[in-house]
Amino acid sequence: MGLEADIPVLTTTVEKMVQWARRSSIWPVTFGLACCAIEMMAMSCSRYDIARFGAEVFRGSPRQSDLMIVAGRLSRKMAPALRRIYDQMPEPKWVISMGACASIGGVFDNYALVQGVDQIVPVDVYVPGCPPRPESLIYGIVQLQRKISQQKLA
Amino acid sequence: MADLRTETITVNMGPQHPSTHGVLRLVLELDGETVRSASPTIGYLHTGIEKTAEQKKWQQVIPLVERMDYLSAQSNSMAFCLSVEKLLALEVPERVQNIRLLIAELQRINSHLVWLGTHGMEVGAVSVMLYCFRERELLLNINEMLAGFRMFPSYMRVGGLREDLPRGFHAAVLAFLDRFVEKLDEYEDLLTKNEIYIERTRGVGRISAERALACGLVGPIGRAAGVNYDVRKAFPYLGYETYEFDVPTRTDGDVYSRYLVRVAEMRESTKICRQALKRIAPTGDYAVRDPRITPPPKDRVYTEMESLIQHFLIYSQGFTVPAGEAYVPVEGPRGEQGFYIVADGTNRPWRVKSRAPSLLACQALEQMIVGGLIADVIAVIGSIDVVMGDVDR
Amino acid sequence: MDATTLIASLEEAVPSAACEPAPSADLHTTVFVPSEHLAAIAEALRDRADLRFALLADVTAVDFHPREPRFELVYHLVSIEHRHRARVKVRLQGDAAHVPTLVGVWPAANWLEREVWDMFGIAFDGHPDPRRLLMPEDWDGFPLRKDYPVQIRKTPTASEPLQLTEAEFRANVERDRLTRR
Repeated sequence: MGLEADIPVLTTTVEKMVQWARRSSIWPVTFGLACCAIEMMAMSCSRYDIARFGAEVFRGSPRQSDLMIVAGRLSRKMAPALRRIYDQMPEPKWVISMGACASIGGVFDNYALVQGVDQIVPVDVYVPGCPPRPESLIYGIVQLQRKISQQKLA
Repeated sequence: MADLRTETITVNMGPQHPSTHGVLRLVLELDGETVRSASPTIGYLHTGIEKTAEQKKWQQVIPLVERMDYLSAQSNSMAFCLSVEKLLALEVPERVQNIRLLIAELQRINSHLVWLGTHGMEVGAVSVMLYCFRERELLLNINEMLAGFRMFPSYMRVGGLREDLPRGFHAAVLAFLDRFVEKLDEYEDLLTKNEIYIERTRGVGRISAERALACGLVGPIGRAAGVNYDVRKAFPYLGYETYEFDVPTRTDGDVYSRYLVRVAEMRESTKICRQALKRIAPTGDYAVRDPRITPPPKDRVYTEMESLIQHFLIYSQGFTVPAGEAYVPVEGPRGEQGFYIVADGTNRPWRVKSRAPSLLACQALEQMIVGGLIADVIAVIGSIDVVMGDVDR
Repeated sequence: MDATTLIASLEEAVPSAACEPAPSADLHTTVFVPSEHLAAIAEALRDRADLRFALLADVTAVDFHPREPRFELVYHLVSIEHRHRARVKVRLQGDAAHVPTLVGVWPAANWLEREVWDMFGIAFDGHPDPRRLLMPEDWDGFPLRKDYPVQIRKTPTASEPLQLTEAEFRANVERDRLTRR
């Protein structure tokens, strides 16, 4: 990648441009389930503003979003809905499993919860915590951005 | 035009929706924009907390019950502690009662701020959400001072509190209370006389006082309809009878009155908090001095043998509660809540049942939205302030 | 209000009901009532002038397996006018666990009874909507019973079956196409 001296021209590869575009504008879909959703909302508010990382809006519809942050405990009744929302998202899409309940079932090892959403959808980043601080979740999103910057185009 | 086929449309406001405050599924039958029927389905967040609680020791149940109604977490843990202490026949020191009361009222302000922010955002006033969450961050800072955790500090324990108040607690709470009242005036400026807000909320989602009482809706929804019942006045606990505060009620029973009731409740809570803060000494008793229940301070655990043994017994096998049952009602931010506890004399509960005010609010939702417009559905769901963790447990 | 006053008032209203007092550690007056006369007793609790328990706070159950009678169905009631609280309990055998529904007396009981059915398997005769509330509709077993395991190892279902057959779906599409001009 190079910046020419007097001429306003930037040379780079298509792959780098696409990676930069993808990781700088990740728009999540609202998938807050339980308590982690409140911390996710706090993250999108003014103290831990997530818009400065590119996640400008939380889209209501999965068909217009790139990222699904599964925030909260996933019960067995909700599992088909989760899979359907994931299937409705267009490629490229990523999943962050936020919190202990989404990652591994959390404190609740019982009949009602799916012990980890990776039994249903493929997860890219796991963010531990109960609920994770907004800074932890921002760190998770930054890690996801690093992951995207290494994903090949073809 | 003779064979104009008219039919109603069935719309699924699915478990994933930005405005359903969690995972609530509403199947709406619409005739144009008017709602003809609504059938709510819940259970998408059922976590089996009550079954899990039967496997844990008494003190271990506290983090579980905090996560039931996750916006009024410390109200939940306080209700649980009150019920267990009733069975144990424990008298907690007065300082502990005052601290618990202060924390419960701060939790009420916290929950109402989240309600106001999300409700305002859904109705269209998006900036209200940013402002409310900014104030909420100050409250979460106070939680973090207490026990290191923003949302679920697990600071209330059976027998008292986890540890003494930190240094700077009084100053932090006082700074928050001073700042909060002016901010609340600002939020009221934004919404209370705003014509658009009044158009969207006055007369919407009406429920009468008799219907509210028959459906078990007490709390801000019932008080907005005219049911004059507040557990803090009717069955006082933690010394509420010695505090001066009013319970705001209205008679219209629509979304606008619920808004007014909750904003007035936030003001009353700041009054109570100021009175409570004056009664709390910066250091002192933080738990009942019962060696079976309260662990000794750590410096004694490291130097004395009896303290070590006591610490070990408390954390390995816990304390036993005599057989019996108890239910102490408290006034949570959503209405009357409490834990019905059945003990069998061992160190684990036999049954823990939480009275969920949000469940009854969800049940009454259908009556409030049928006949209205679909845009009103959003306003009504926001106004009944359901927390799905409380509904489904 | 203590248990004997409550029982005296109930016996005036429903003379054939054999109610027993029970000890109570909190401010609830606790009584055991028989399941046969439950509907009449509920109306008496709500309507009698000295009782006026208009608010149904909670309906729940406790499973005492393997002791018989296995279930205790518990109703928590509040009288706002008189500032009383009552706890009404019904003992039920494990193999015949059913009571009449109280939806007609307190509409709040609708979902509360559905939850008790879902979690314990106690049937409510005459309930307008006897479906499961919290678990998925096709779930097997009653989770809060003591002989139901806490942890189960079961792969989660990631998709729901379509409620229409393929033939019905195609017929709907065709009909829609024909009515659009």
